[in-house]
Amino acid sequence: MPIQRRRFVAALGAGAVASTAGCSSTDGSGGDGGDGSSGDGGDGSGTDGSGNADESVGVAGETLTLTTTTSTYDTGLLDAIHGEFEEMYGVTVDAVAQGTGAALETARNGDSDIVMVHARGLEDEFMRNGYGINRRDLMFNDFVIVGPESDPAGIQGIGSATEALTTIAEAQAQFVSRGDNSGTHTKELNLWEAAGTEPGGDWYQETGTGMGEALNIANQQGAYTLSDRGTYISQRSEIDLTILVQGPIEGGPELLANPYGVMAVNPGVHENANYDLAMAYIGWITSPGVQESISEYQVNGEQLFFPEAVAEEPNFQQYVPEGWSSESDDE
Amino acid sequence: MSVPVEPVAQLLPVLLDPAAWPGTSLFGASFRDGYVGSIIAVSLYVSLTAVALSTLISVPAALAIGLADFPGKGFVKSVVNTGMGFPSVVVGLVVLFAVSNQGPLGSLELIFTREAMIMSQFVLATPPITAISLAAVDGVDDGVRDAARALGGTRLDAALVVVKEARYGIATAVLAGFGRAISEVGSVLIVGGNITGADGISKTRTLTTAIQLEARQGQYETAMVLGAVLVALVLTVNAVVVRFGGRGAQG
Repeated sequence: MPIQRRRFVAALGAGAVASTAGCSSTDGSGGDGGDGSSGDGGDGSGTDGSGNADESVGVAGETLTLTTTTSTYDTGLLDAIHGEFEEMYGVTVDAVAQGTGAALETARNGDSDIVMVHARGLEDEFMRNGYGINRRDLMFNDFVIVGPESDPAGIQGIGSATEALTTIAEAQAQFVSRGDNSGTHTKELNLWEAAGTEPGGDWYQETGTGMGEALNIANQQGAYTLSDRGTYISQRSEIDLTILVQGPIEGGPELLANPYGVMAVNPGVHENANYDLAMAYIGWITSPGVQESISEYQVNGEQLFFPEAVAEEPNFQQYVPEGWSSESDDE
Repeated sequence: MSVPVEPVAQLLPVLLDPAAWPGTSLFGASFRDGYVGSIIAVSLYVSLTAVALSTLISVPAALAIGLADFPGKGFVKSVVNTGMGFPSVVVGLVVLFAVSNQGPLGSLELIFTREAMIMSQFVLATPPITAISLAAVDGVDDGVRDAARALGGTRLDAALVVVKEARYGIATAVLAGFGRAISEVGSVLIVGGNITGADGISKTRTLTTAIQLEARQGQYETAMVLGAVLVALVLTVNAVVVRFGGRGAQG
């Protein structure tokens, strides 16, 4: 028995040593000047080539932390294209999926290097506060209003998103809201505001969940909801909801457009932000080749995203908050 | 005379090697090569490390509190017991504030790493391990300790005798801490970020955050498969510890 006890203690000790070894290697990489290589230290397994980081110069071996939205991440697009970037630069991209609000907040705290989100109002605020720079329009898809085939409020065929929402509110038909400060939620609130209707009451439910869950809840309750087309397509085979108001991709109102932007975290505010790599990423993802890959990405045989970074005509508004001009704005 | 702990310790590096995990298809749900294996490995690495570190702190703390008599002992016990009820999301937020770039540990760049996850699970696992160990130590007959001292043992000897007597309770405490650590989703999601590489190999994704991700996407069946894997994993670890405890009883 005493022998076993000693062995047990020894095993515990070995575990502790192994774990602190992992910690101290992180301390080491963090201590040498905030080079954004936090991911290397996190690799306690030693199974990949993180050791190369110390030998090579330049960006190789570094980690780019990208905060993005659940609706982008959950389509699988990023996993499909990031391999090429990682190979090209010899880096790792850590994609963290959060709601748009949370993704921007993480970047605001200096915990990510780059953001890819879809709520222009929140992006503009982020830029105006000095946290984000070098914004580019990246791609777009659209929102659709989905609901049960029986369509209790009778919104099918209504060409206007705001009118459709007003009709749902008047019929007091069940409506599921994301309620999570995501880009989709922000869009929904903007639509209600544009419709001049204050949503509320038993028929209006804020779920505080991701898009996939919200679609499932709407499906189970026979409710309407606003969804981005990508998530709806990737889940369509499992739910009975159908598109009742189309977005602009299928000829619906422009109001339902869903543009994605990408921007770097300002190294003037957060000096540890991996700005070089963030700009390399922006350059890469807005290049014609990758924009082509984005347009070729399909789920269930349908294109999810439409690239818009490559254009012959200049589009100055993508770099600055919407409506900004040097004459009219004193910021 | 072989002790199960050693094979498990040898197994861990193997578990952490993605190459050791072939493409997986479980109960009809298909996953990318190495995906499930890597999230199991990350789950075990984070939770076992957190529980091991926590045990190193908690058991001596439980002994110190349990064997000593001091004013306010009841209050200390209440504080420890209250700690068992910490919501994991709150712990995650606190650790996030600590390791965030703006926080006191920001310069270490621990955000979105396994080490940050270990920190939050350490905080979560320590109260139950301490509290249950304390109850076990309290349950040991005072006569045992007195006898050890009377036979010429030092205070350390007496404490070791108490640990021996309380070993089932302490094993239960460690299991409870492990159960708390490996099953929590709130804090590891916040401080870890639920990250996998583009190749589908987990960096900070655990079984629980993977389940949460699948549920978010409405893939409830896949989420259930991963849930079954998690239960099987916890069962296995419990079986190993119970077996170890059982052998200890024979010795």
